[in-house]
Amino acid sequence: MDYKILQKGNLDNFIRALSSNMKVVAPVKRGYDSYSFEEVKDSRDIALKYIPTILPPKKYFMPQHETLIEYDTTTGQKMQAVVEFEKMVLFGVHTCDIAGIQCLDIVFSDRPRDINYLIRRNEILIIGIECNVYCDSFANCAMMDTHMPSGGYDIMLTDMGDYFIADIHTQAGEDLIGVSGLFGEAEGRHHKELETLRSKKREIFINEVGIDRNELPGLFLRGFDAKVWNDIGNRCLACGNCTNVCPTCYCFDVDDIPNLDLKTGKRVRIWDSCQSEPFAKIAGGESFRKERSDRKRHRFNRKFKYPVDRNNHFFCTGCGRCSRTCMAKINLKETIRVLYQECNNPAGGQVPGSAGHE
Amino acid sequence: MNKITINNSSYEIKRAKIIKSRKLTETEKLFEVSLFNGESLDHEPGQFIEASLFGAGEAPISIASSPTRRESFELCVRAVGKFTTAMHRLDAGDEVGIRGPFGKGFPVRTLFGKDLLMIAGGLGIAPLRSLINFVMDNRRDFGKVDILLGCKTPQNMLFGDEVEKWSKRMDVNFNCSVDRGSDEWAGNVGLITSLIPGVTLIPDRTFAVVVGPPVMYRFVIKELVLKNIPENQILVSLERHMKCGLGKCGHCQIHSIYCCQDGPVFPYDQIKDIKGAI
Repeated sequence: MDYKILQKGNLDNFIRALSSNMKVVAPVKRGYDSYSFEEVKDSRDIALKYIPTILPPKKYFMPQHETLIEYDTTTGQKMQAVVEFEKMVLFGVHTCDIAGIQCLDIVFSDRPRDINYLIRRNEILIIGIECNVYCDSFANCAMMDTHMPSGGYDIMLTDMGDYFIADIHTQAGEDLIGVSGLFGEAEGRHHKELETLRSKKREIFINEVGIDRNELPGLFLRGFDAKVWNDIGNRCLACGNCTNVCPTCYCFDVDDIPNLDLKTGKRVRIWDSCQSEPFAKIAGGESFRKERSDRKRHRFNRKFKYPVDRNNHFFCTGCGRCSRTCMAKINLKETIRVLYQECNNPAGGQVPGSAGHE
Repeated sequence: MNKITINNSSYEIKRAKIIKSRKLTETEKLFEVSLFNGESLDHEPGQFIEASLFGAGEAPISIASSPTRRESFELCVRAVGKFTTAMHRLDAGDEVGIRGPFGKGFPVRTLFGKDLLMIAGGLGIAPLRSLINFVMDNRRDFGKVDILLGCKTPQNMLFGDEVEKWSKRMDVNFNCSVDRGSDEWAGNVGLITSLIPGVTLIPDRTFAVVVGPPVMYRFVIKELVLKNIPENQILVSLERHMKCGLGKCGHCQIHSIYCCQDGPVFPYDQIKDIKGAI
């Protein structure tokens, strides 16, 4: 672990050096307030200041469509398991999305391990970029404590104005910058400036909901039958946007795609959504989460309660994508506030300590 | 994009051959299956496998036979979807893919020496049969054995020939009931719950094992609790859509539980406070 300096004027050279060796993926502006991770060759294509991309970097770790098996049934049920992967460096990943990747790591390294995921993730290097200020008012990263760099990356860059300070976290990160020869040593004043920036951040980033996240699993248990689930269930369109854009939603379906000869083909894994009605349906026709309110409650619990029970880890990264993308304007922060209100103070009144960030 | 082949994927299937097949009812067909190279499935009663036919997909199927028969196993398949309909077209000599066995089955070591009250409704007889036949094959290891069976009509009765054999054994108390009778039916008519009060049992040494459609559990468990059977000695097998069997895909999730890995068999006390589990 080491700190180094990259002058902004050298960023383009650094990106060129990286992309001469491997695929470089970074946030690129796609339209008004919309960004996506895409391959870049030139630093001018990279949006250094961006609000969370439409899809999180999850798409590289767990592709929307992935071949698990290639089969040939010409003479029996013959098959070969395969893994699709690509060596790449993800450049400019926010700390919230790094937290999301760490959640996926937990799920897919749990036994029985998912070899496809594990092989793929080992080929991906991560260069993060720190958020000095909020992206927008949908974020709740301070509540989830994902706003400060705390590992999960090979290198973390912090924008210091005319230079970046680079936190080299791994040997793989060191190797990346070593090859480029563009980084200088961080001196005392650089460390001081970084500490000043972090102090300022601690003033800017304040729990956006005003409820200690450690209270949430208990709140969700008590609020299982709360009215708020019906309220947001009535608004929900069951479109599945929230699960698609969530950095920690990993539910999937497995499907066969036969070739035209109907003998050969592949078995693929595709993203699925617990927000669609057939998701929890069984062969007998019974659906265990029939109502949209059941499914919304399930998704919220899968961020703030169930994974805490299972692995002592919250599966909300505070990125704000679900609220940003929801066509019915279901807002995560507001939902938690209303749930808190309903459970603790049914008569009405203010949520204590609400930061009033919006 | 690079692609490599691997030999340790959890999605890899084992090839298996159908040795025998037999239509049980209009919708259910029983397959006797053996893995290639004489390999044993080595399952516990109550576990399930993922059956696979490339092109038609996969489906979780409970193992209907006892592991005491090592050279083959049986799958009772109801034709309801794409995969199961395709599977129904298969017969002896055809191939099927198998993944598993998966999940936690019936805790047979815990059940040794105990009295058993085994209750099956509808297709629930398929998974329970793996335990019933295990108990029959090791009969002296268990105490008193009661079997209660329920189905919609006499025509829906599965494993009729075997059921008749159980009913005639002196070391098993057997009773069954149909929801709607027919002219030839001389047995009980009524819900399976009506049979429970008639069972004599010593609650402390009795384990009740219940397998049936979701709607059945609530009513049967109520009767069992009235019989003073401790809640941790009431075992249920929950049906969910176990798509991957690996505790990942999310389809079978009940709160923080993955039914495919943590279940499908649960003691009632572990799930009774989980809303929507039963």
